[in-house]
Amino acid sequence: MNNYNVIVIGGGPAGLAAAIQAKKDCASVLLIERENRLGGILKQCIHDGFGLVRFEEKLSGPEYAGRFIDEFNSLGIESLTLSFVTKIEKKTDGFAIHIVNRGGTAVYTCSAIVLATGCRERTAKQVFIHGTRPSGVFTAGTAQHYINLMGEIPAKKCVILGSGDIGLIMARRLTLEGCEVLGVYEAKPTPSGLTRNIHQCLNDYGIPLYLSHTVTRVFGDERLEAVEISQVDEKMRPIDGTRKTVECDALILSVGLIPENELAETLGVQMDSGTKGPLCDQNLMTNVDGVFSCGNALHVNDLVDYVSESGETAGAAAAAYIKTGRKTVRFERGSGIMSLVPQMLNLEKGIDNVTVYFRSDEVANNRSLKISVDGEEKFRKKYAFLRPPEMERLVVDFSAFNLKPGSRIVFETEAAK
Amino acid sequence: MKEMVCIVCPNGCAMSVEQNGDAITVTGNKCKRGEEFAIKEMTCPVRTICSTVKTNSSAFPVLPVRVSADIPKDKIFAVMKEINSVTVSAPVKRGDAVIKNVLGSGVDIIATDSLPDNN
Repeated sequence: MNNYNVIVIGGGPAGLAAAIQAKKDCASVLLIERENRLGGILKQCIHDGFGLVRFEEKLSGPEYAGRFIDEFNSLGIESLTLSFVTKIEKKTDGFAIHIVNRGGTAVYTCSAIVLATGCRERTAKQVFIHGTRPSGVFTAGTAQHYINLMGEIPAKKCVILGSGDIGLIMARRLTLEGCEVLGVYEAKPTPSGLTRNIHQCLNDYGIPLYLSHTVTRVFGDERLEAVEISQVDEKMRPIDGTRKTVECDALILSVGLIPENELAETLGVQMDSGTKGPLCDQNLMTNVDGVFSCGNALHVNDLVDYVSESGETAGAAAAAYIKTGRKTVRFERGSGIMSLVPQMLNLEKGIDNVTVYFRSDEVANNRSLKISVDGEEKFRKKYAFLRPPEMERLVVDFSAFNLKPGSRIVFETEAAK
Repeated sequence: MKEMVCIVCPNGCAMSVEQNGDAITVTGNKCKRGEEFAIKEMTCPVRTICSTVKTNSSAFPVLPVRVSADIPKDKIFAVMKEINSVTVSAPVKRGDAVIKNVLGSGVDIIATDSLPDNN
């Protein structure tokens, strides 16, 4: 029998949590993973700090994943590894998922799909750098894969471009393994990664952080020999006369993550410009009935704890999914809000206990998050500080807001009163 | 007066630490763990170290490990040297000690993933 209630695509933390929750809610579940074992990116995230919210412990990535994998196995959930989804077809009563693996090709059918496909790193091709194309230019995640899974140190003397968390973590990791990290260069005037990582990964090891600086050119034929660094103005344009050349054999990029939604797009799932992931309601169902999204495929998270949480929300909703009509109202992003999840409410489902995640679009102190309906303030929460790298999570009871289809719900931040 | 950022959790509280003889006053921390971190940072700073050890397995050439408890900050590179001097043989279970009582610190180096015995 190749038919299931729920098929989960992706075996990282979001997919594991979704499959576990759907199984606990009595659905028949299949999880499809393209790699040879479960755990997703956590397999190579050997640093600690995972699970502080959920387990109140500082676990490493493999330990955090291990807890879910143990539970997944103890529930007897079916999974396919080394299996790649090539196509998803919409059928009248569900979906047909085409896969390819060592056994050949196969088709599995289901009523609901949970997309837990994670995110991908922005690569060198997506940031504008002049010069040759030597080896030695790679993403922080690739460096992490080399060192933590393959046991190979890919550099002796390197420069890191971008102050994302993975870049900061890799600055420390490379230093511990004897590589010289000459500096982390960030084009923006503020760091992209968490403040604690600036301290424990850079300051602890005396690695300099250069804000408002970027790499403008690379040099080298076979292997990278040097990079050109320039200071940039507030519009991130290189400033004349600030160029300097830094000799190095590797340029490691930590310039952002983008939700992976190639499969979602083939199903007609609409994307949000704020999160770069699917538009979802409070049950993390996309605009396509029966297609759910969670984890970093939905929006890039900074804590895995919230990835698991969204997996559980999507898994529970997928298990309970019966095709019915939806009555939705959209959320509007007002001033100060860079991204918001969910982006809509289904008024036909529970709206009294909705988990909302948002990011501020600026670094600011003493702010309030305000939610208004048709111009009338309904909710306010104070924050001592808001920073774009730090996602905020709150639970809102929308049942008291007197919502109707067509209500205009606006989220915005303003100076705290 | 010393300014520092708490690294215990993602909140990353900015704290001010004042030392008057033996008395240390901490402000700016949202929770008790911040105060503990600040006092430790003034007296004996400690850190967690995560790394990998070599294995005899071709499918998994390295196995992730960490210290079982925080170690003094000035011992980080000495502990790394110990970690890089061992090779483990499959099978290893998550949580197994790979090095016991590293450098006499009372802290073990423990595996954070399992190394299956299948090759």
